Amino acid sequence: MTPRAPWHPWAMLGPTLGLLAVFFLVPIGVAAYESLFSWDMLTPPRFVGAANYVAIAAHGELFHIALRTTGFSAIVVAGTMTLGLGLALIVDRPGRFFAWVRASVFSAYVVSWVAVALLWMWMLDGNGGIVGRALHGSPLGDLRWALPALAVVAVWKLTGYAMIVFLAGLQSIPPSLYEAAALDGVGMWGRLRHVTLPLLAPTAAFVATTSLVTSFQAFDVVRIMTQGGPARATELFVYAIYEQVFLDLSVGRASALTVVFFVLLLALATVQLRAWRAREGEGR
Amino acid sequence: MTSRRWVRALRAALASVALGAWIFPYAWMVVTSFKTLPEIMSRPTAPFARHLDFGAYREVFAAMPVGRYTAVTAVMALAIAFAQIALALPAGYALAKLRFVGRRTAFGVVLACLLVPAQATFVPVFLMFAKVRLVNTMAALVLPFAASALGTFLVRQALLAVPDEIVEAARMDGASEWTIVYRIVAPMVRPTLVSLFLVSFVFHYSDYFWPLVMTTDDSVRTLPLGVALLREQGTGVRWNIVMAGNVVLSAPVLALFAAVQRHLLRGTR
Repeated sequence: MTPRAPWHPWAMLGPTLGLLAVFFLVPIGVAAYESLFSWDMLTPPRFVGAANYVAIAAHGELFHIALRTTGFSAIVVAGTMTLGLGLALIVDRPGRFFAWVRASVFSAYVVSWVAVALLWMWMLDGNGGIVGRALHGSPLGDLRWALPALAVVAVWKLTGYAMIVFLAGLQSIPPSLYEAAALDGVGMWGRLRHVTLPLLAPTAAFVATTSLVTSFQAFDVVRIMTQGGPARATELFVYAIYEQVFLDLSVGRASALTVVFFVLLLALATVQLRAWRAREGEGR
Repeated sequence: MTSRRWVRALRAALASVALGAWIFPYAWMVVTSFKTLPEIMSRPTAPFARHLDFGAYREVFAAMPVGRYTAVTAVMALAIAFAQIALALPAGYALAKLRFVGRRTAFGVVLACLLVPAQATFVPVFLMFAKVRLVNTMAALVLPFAASALGTFLVRQALLAVPDEIVEAARMDGASEWTIVYRIVAPMVRPTLVSLFLVSFVFHYSDYFWPLVMTTDDSVRTLPLGVALLREQGTGVRWNIVMAGNVVLSAPVLALFAAVQRHLLRGTR
């Protein structure tokens, strides 16, 4: 429809576009600019060119942060996908009991990361924690197991979301396909392999990319459960940026890390958009 | 058909395991919150508290101003949720219903912002707020989220399904664009608005990251921050107090979820 006055659309969009620009687009430019300066928020900034980027790349620091974040994400994606799909197949049934299971698994996705992180810190505690005692000590203090432990906590938190998306995918599969397969004498496992799983592929791509992007931005579990320790074993990307700006007061390096982080996110987002389109194209 | 019975039994067993894996931690949180500190020290894995001891809750209320933190958190989350709906409605309407030069570009900007998380903007936004002395204010907590790219996108998608004839009829009747947006088409996309409100409110009520990086003192501290601080206070972690704080933090959200979960999980059977 034509607007009643040419300025109407812009008046309606103005507040939204203005706020989005100020808080989401301009900051990226500000970060790119600040990354060229050395600044501790106390003394005046000093232009240093690309020195901040060289500094974070030196000694493989950036590489290790990216590697840890990728490893963390890999566990979270694999875990939420497997458990989410498995649970969806199990609880895709009518009845009160299965409704209870669905609601309780999804509830973890709803409560705050703070509650989940503190709860699991207590469960994993080496002295009094139920899981920690069974493991003979908290994995959070262990150089090798701290990061996987954080990832498992994230899986516990995010599986409910994956399950719900898979359930929606399952229910969009026409029952006639199953009936046809059954008439052809295809057994339960055959139907799962040749009907359910192929038709869930776009849903799976959606869940995988969403989990990937979410886990790439993980911060709360690190800040609350390990503060990046032991010996930086759990220093993920966002926590590294946080540490640079609020603990080391080096705005320039934090900005350089932010720019790199943003570029990586953009790369992930292009993959994500492609998967989302595939899911939309499938009609659900 | 014994194999079918086996499958049914296996399904029930696995579902029970899942139920346990997700319910048990909550139950353990509640049990721990009713224990005393000596009880935790001597018998940390006892399945029940000796008797209902509310000492940990009293300590939580003594250690932090629960009422004020809750009020700050609720005001912040409500302000964000209302602002998002108030702004997304006209913006979504312009993108879905009006034809004008620059519409594709405007929609592109909204989609682009969908891809930029707060975790990628907090350093420059903090510097910007520091420059205008807005750190430690409600504005720093609310303004960055007052406009929602996701909300705008969802409202636009919902409005695409509203027939043009309704808007045309309203215009013929002399309704202003303001009336059309907020009074006529808004009720037609109510389910979208309700979901947007709930998701936004719960997300920001529980958010830890943004209030953490935008505040440096107690002036606008939110409940998740306060509860996380319980663990950092004093010597040795007093888990009964931390778990009591955890119950205070998550019980309202879980209650809200229980109330609306049928609406939220509808369509998943």
